[in-house]
Amino acid sequence: MRLELSRLNRRFGGFHALDDVSLSIAPGEFLALLGPSGSGKTTLLRILAGLDYPDSGSVSRDGADFLSIPARERRIGLVFQHYALFRHLTVIENIAFGLRVRKWRLRPSRVEIRARVDRLLRRVQLEGLGSRYPSQLSGGQRQRVALARALAVEPDLLLLDEPFGALDALVRVTLRRWLRELHEELALTTVFVTHDQEEALELADRVAVMNNGRIEQVGSPEVIYQQPATPFVCEFIGKVNRFTVRRSGAGFGAGGWLPDGDPWQGRFDAAAAYVRPEQLKLGVPLALPAWEARLRHIYLAGSVAHLDLYVASIDQTLEADIASEDLSRLGLQAGMELRVAPRSAVLFPQDGAGATVNQERWIWHARSPVPA
Amino acid sequence: MSRRLRSRPPGWPRRLGHVALILVAVAFLVLFLVLPLATVFVEALRQGFAAYVATIRQPEAVAAIRLTIIVAAIAVPLNLLFGVAAAWAMTRFEFPGKAALGAFIDLPFSVSPVVSGLVYVLLFGAQGWFGPWLDAHGVKIIFAVPGLVLATIFVTLPFVARELIPLMQAQGSEEEEAARILGASGWQMFFRVTLPNIRWALLYGVLLCNARAMGEFGAVSVVSGHIRGLTTTMPLEVEMRYNEYDYMGAFAVASLLALLALVTLAVKTLLEWRYGDEIAAHAPGGR
Repeated sequence: MRLELSRLNRRFGGFHALDDVSLSIAPGEFLALLGPSGSGKTTLLRILAGLDYPDSGSVSRDGADFLSIPARERRIGLVFQHYALFRHLTVIENIAFGLRVRKWRLRPSRVEIRARVDRLLRRVQLEGLGSRYPSQLSGGQRQRVALARALAVEPDLLLLDEPFGALDALVRVTLRRWLRELHEELALTTVFVTHDQEEALELADRVAVMNNGRIEQVGSPEVIYQQPATPFVCEFIGKVNRFTVRRSGAGFGAGGWLPDGDPWQGRFDAAAAYVRPEQLKLGVPLALPAWEARLRHIYLAGSVAHLDLYVASIDQTLEADIASEDLSRLGLQAGMELRVAPRSAVLFPQDGAGATVNQERWIWHARSPVPA
Repeated sequence: MSRRLRSRPPGWPRRLGHVALILVAVAFLVLFLVLPLATVFVEALRQGFAAYVATIRQPEAVAAIRLTIIVAAIAVPLNLLFGVAAAWAMTRFEFPGKAALGAFIDLPFSVSPVVSGLVYVLLFGAQGWFGPWLDAHGVKIIFAVPGLVLATIFVTLPFVARELIPLMQAQGSEEEEAARILGASGWQMFFRVTLPNIRWALLYGVLLCNARAMGEFGAVSVVSGHIRGLTTTMPLEVEMRYNEYDYMGAFAVASLLALLALVTLAVKTLLEWRYGDEIAAHAPGGR
């Protein structure tokens, strides 16, 4: 089923939770709504679930109006952030709930319900825990019960609200992979809300980045990461170094670094530049434009090393990420001087008032990439 | 001796203070609660158990007991319905005047029961606003059973709602929303999700409501008219017998009320001990 969200607005008092949001969701797709808290992503999810309604705008399912269908008839599975399991019912009773409340004509027989619950228990790997109460389960187990309960009614659309938010790091990664596999098996249209960009990039087919009730960018994880559409997306997704470049002669420059070219043909005098830590090249030959940087600190985080580089000519500390094994290969030590330059950058021109002009984005790549 | 003194634990003086405080509290309780309660039973049984039973079985006493039960049997279920509805409205919806409703629910706690009784007399009494109209249609409220029920409902109004509101606030509405999305109708949601989650708090509130309904004196006294065998509930019967110097009779009926209090206390303690976390509002993290 295809969902078409068109120009949705929702206000809570003076707070604009959704600001003219349009989005289409393809059948079988795994879509992430990614944004900081208060960005409107949960409001959007609740509108799809029928727990909230927009002030204006429309949602259609395969062309038919979706908002006029009451929540209980939408054929939706929703997994709440805190699971909202029925605390007075066992795991089996929780999973069977959606089947047992059906009108008797549509209700499967006791035996059928039991068989379906057993199948779901196996699917979520909770065999043998069926007679426990939610309070007797771990966070990861509760999450899987909530998922089984949502899947029991055979929904057309699965909604997940911060599905991994309340779990510890190790369980989170395991459940993430498991959920992705489950999605590939069921091919169920799934929308999940998260504030964790790593989760969104790893799991989703498509990511919608939200901020202040607006969708900033929709695209595949690669596009979101490598071609961010707005400064917000640059800063929210992954780590990024931000600095200002100014007109210098025919092109632009910041300190000793000069990106070649000017796609704006002299219309702008300054731009905000974003460079990812792994796109900073260390040990640039003297023939190429680069910054003189002092290596202040090395933070070794397992396989990756984070480097703090102070660039005096732009008076800024930049972060560079390299593989840990390259530390000794390059002979890096705190306190040493290095020549540093970006391999690629995303630049947004600034108008006279200092605001960025997002439509005029420039994705710059070094013309002659020097081998690392 | 001096060695023993030196081996005193360091917290000794403070612990002495604790003991003194506890003694004061216990003495106070005995003097003001246990002693009077014991007196009720001693006085009631002064002339032997047979005389006690005979007193309770007097027609006036039986009528008072029956009336008390009838009034409670009407007032408590109505307040149960009102309490659940009010708690639901207060915790699940946003509406103008919500704060005012919260304050109004507490009104019977802050108003003197005599005043609430008088209000009903002013409204429905012979000289009251609706008095002539009621009289013309042959409806008697004041100095009759309906008045007693109305006054009792007013006085016991807050008990159920006040017990449920903090609990339902803490539990939130997520489970109800989950039930809704899983296809439950409104009634299914209420009976399968809401009610099981609040059942012990509800029972607790009903218990306190009932104890107050049966023991209420002030408001009921104003609207009753003290017609023996017709409009006297047990607390009123106690007062009338006492005023007639029938001490033994007064204490006999009073002993039944005291017994009700003790049973209520026992069940209340049991509920608190067994289901304490489902009665007091607890953090939603413990799901």
